[in-house]
Amino acid sequence: MLFTSYEFLGFLLVVFIMYYLLPGRAQWSFLLIASYAFYFMADPRYLIFIAITTVSTYLAAKAISDKKQSFDIWFKEHKKEMEKEERKAAKAKEHANEKKIFLCCLLFNLGILAVTKYTNFTISNINSIIGAFGNQGTLSFVDLIIPMGISFYTFQSMGYLIDVYNGKFEAQKNPFKFALFVSFFPQLVQGPISRYADLSQTLFEEHRFDWKTVSFGLERIMWGFFKKLVIADRILVAVQAIIASPDTYNGFYAFAGAMFYALELYADFTGGIDITIGVAETMGIKVTENFRRPYFSKNIKEYWNRWHITMGTWFTDYIFYPISASQFMMKLSKKSRARLGNNLGKRVPVYLSSFIVWFTTGIWHGASWNFIVWGLGNFVVIMISQELEPFYRWFHSKVKVDGTFGWKLFQIIRTVLIMSSLRMFDCYRDVPLTFKMFGSIFTKSSLSQLNADAFISMGLESYDYAVVFIGMLVLVAVSLVQRSGSVREKIAAKAAPVRFIAWYGLFMATLIFGAYGIGYSASQFIYNQF
Amino acid sequence: MKKLLAIILTIFIAVAGLAFATKLLEPKYMSGVLEGAMIEEYYDDPTDHNVVFIGDCELYENVSPVYLWENFGINSYIRGSAQQLIWQSYYLAEETIKKEHPDIIVFNVLSMKYNEPQKEAYNRMTIDGMKWSSSKIGSINASMTEEEHFIDYVFPLLRYHRRWSDLDSDDLTYLGHRDKITFNGYYMRVDVKPAENIPEGKPLADYQFGSNAYTYLDKLTKLCKDNDVQLILVKAPTLYPYWYSQWEEQIVDYAAANDLPYINFLDLQDEMGIDWNEDTYDGGLHLNLAGAEKMSQYFGKVLSEEFKVPDRRGEAELDSYWKLVSDRYNAEIERQNTNLKLYGTVHGPEENQ
Repeated sequence: MLFTSYEFLGFLLVVFIMYYLLPGRAQWSFLLIASYAFYFMADPRYLIFIAITTVSTYLAAKAISDKKQSFDIWFKEHKKEMEKEERKAAKAKEHANEKKIFLCCLLFNLGILAVTKYTNFTISNINSIIGAFGNQGTLSFVDLIIPMGISFYTFQSMGYLIDVYNGKFEAQKNPFKFALFVSFFPQLVQGPISRYADLSQTLFEEHRFDWKTVSFGLERIMWGFFKKLVIADRILVAVQAIIASPDTYNGFYAFAGAMFYALELYADFTGGIDITIGVAETMGIKVTENFRRPYFSKNIKEYWNRWHITMGTWFTDYIFYPISASQFMMKLSKKSRARLGNNLGKRVPVYLSSFIVWFTTGIWHGASWNFIVWGLGNFVVIMISQELEPFYRWFHSKVKVDGTFGWKLFQIIRTVLIMSSLRMFDCYRDVPLTFKMFGSIFTKSSLSQLNADAFISMGLESYDYAVVFIGMLVLVAVSLVQRSGSVREKIAAKAAPVRFIAWYGLFMATLIFGAYGIGYSASQFIYNQF
Repeated sequence: MKKLLAIILTIFIAVAGLAFATKLLEPKYMSGVLEGAMIEEYYDDPTDHNVVFIGDCELYENVSPVYLWENFGINSYIRGSAQQLIWQSYYLAEETIKKEHPDIIVFNVLSMKYNEPQKEAYNRMTIDGMKWSSSKIGSINASMTEEEHFIDYVFPLLRYHRRWSDLDSDDLTYLGHRDKITFNGYYMRVDVKPAENIPEGKPLADYQFGSNAYTYLDKLTKLCKDNDVQLILVKAPTLYPYWYSQWEEQIVDYAAANDLPYINFLDLQDEMGIDWNEDTYDGGLHLNLAGAEKMSQYFGKVLSEEFKVPDRRGEAELDSYWKLVSDRYNAEIERQNTNLKLYGTVHGPEENQ
């Protein structure tokens, strides 16, 4: 059920009405039923997968939590009777027991993710290797279903498990509440990857109908639809045309395609998240923000702190830090410092941890080499950027441009260009072709390519480009206003006619200029596939 | 109180804005493709009809109600639209019977060849013009293709929003009204394009009419019998689309089994005097005015003599109504003939063909 489908809007309306008609104590239970119904409507078989992840994670987390509590009580009682070494041994034994449960659950669930998403990718690579050695035999691909949103709910569940294992909070005792945390329908298909500590604060609470909350939620939904339907789905036609015909659309067109895709992806993904957050907000539930005006970032590191924030922090907290602080890395750090010197040696574990994070980030996005190369491309750019820090400092000591508007603008444009270039791996989904197209920007671009007819031949008319351009200006304007606080709050503070014009205008613009309905093919949100 | 007024005003402006946008963006069918405006015109006719023709272009381009009135005093109307499917005809018949109870309904059987919804554009041209009723809802539900949604019919803006880039002066001119484009449902063409090289029908894998088509033919038969309306099945005399003998047999059998009159005008071409060099404007697909009047002459006689349809000339209300229609009819003949002379086509230079 696409977010932009009538079915979803109808489903949402029913859920919303029922939610506020029901007594407060029944609201979260109803949301669980609604979430499972939502998932069931996508494909009944998906329910098996999400149920397995839910049950296994719930049981493991509860077992770990119970063991921690029992141990704490026992330890307090017997602490004084034990020597320091005995206390240490008891703790270590307890930790080892918990670790067994933790690892079993973690590997089991990541195993499901790996098998469903990466089996055919693995087979494809094995076949390539077999072929490279001149053997004829190949392994057959397997027909596996990939449950909708499996990457998102698996990561969300594993984040919860890790937090319980690390003692950040006690496990949720009610299995149905935990099931709702895993399956909450607005964020099931494309995130954000919520943390239990954040989402649980409002997910299980009773919520009374509050006009301001509901209207703010609706406004957010409307904004999401504007981005998705007016901008993303309209420019999508040109993006698809450029990608589909690399022989025709190379050189400057490849550059234009990368720029169009940057706009499409932003409008699509942030639009989807706006709808997610808005839907939750109408029911009084607060979902973590996933974007903070990423295209205003001045460098790649900052960009990744502002783009798909919940994914970035997940990888940082649950992969980068644990790997960096692991015993293996400590030993490696020691060895590398001893052999390569302090300056170079200390970089080895950091680089290795970053490499693993970016490799994982890449493969999380999709089971293909283009995503892996995209992830490693990010790694390379970030590492080069870090290595160039001394040069930047030297440059700014000589050239006093830092902090000026022009320099900031340069940094923003540079970041957008680098990120758009890397995203070409996502566009073409073919590593050699991506390099070829990227190269063509420098070798085949010509002024003759700058003609309107060529852009019209991509399937959009001049008025379509005008709509996209105006839509983009609106996005930029809203982002600029947003820097000093919530746009919705600012509009809410205005006089009634201004509020009406703003929201009714947005509604009508989406209704009229949106690329939806007959004549437009319904387009998935790009991040649904992850 | 002030707050309540503000809320009411806000709702009013919001609804008015949506209504205006809908009116502006919905297709007007006043030039180029005119067929989309046909169904709606029926509601402007205040008279009670003795005969209502229901079907596709084989009726609305081949029978002239003006001719039937002027020569036989038959008060008739054609409720037809492009590629009108049998379930759409059924629901139009249902609506017609509820509204005015005619003596006779004439149904053209060509649409029996379609067993499933076909094209969204044709659906819209037939259904959009209907007034909201259970018949319209039934017609929508029966007609929708996979890509369609019921809500798009309820709120046409959801369907026609993309027309913002196609808006022209017609959309402003016809914002609140429509010109008449038919003459009691008849779509007139005076030009001639002889029928040459009419292809034979290609062999079909299956000549059996579909079960869905039969279901609606049964429903139409029952509807007419239950309401004491004489149903006449006809096949228009046009040469293409090809009418297979296997189809003919099924209709003959059906008519006999249900005690319905069936007239295949293809077999009556000579009696009617149809000349395919003169009486068609598109090479045999449809009759032109000359051909339609020949068919109307023959059919009018059948309706008057065999089905005893009364001559209502002399009823003041009808006379005044038909005078207006006849005047428009004659003016249109004049206009098309003038255009033919001046431009070689019935369309004037101002018309979007």
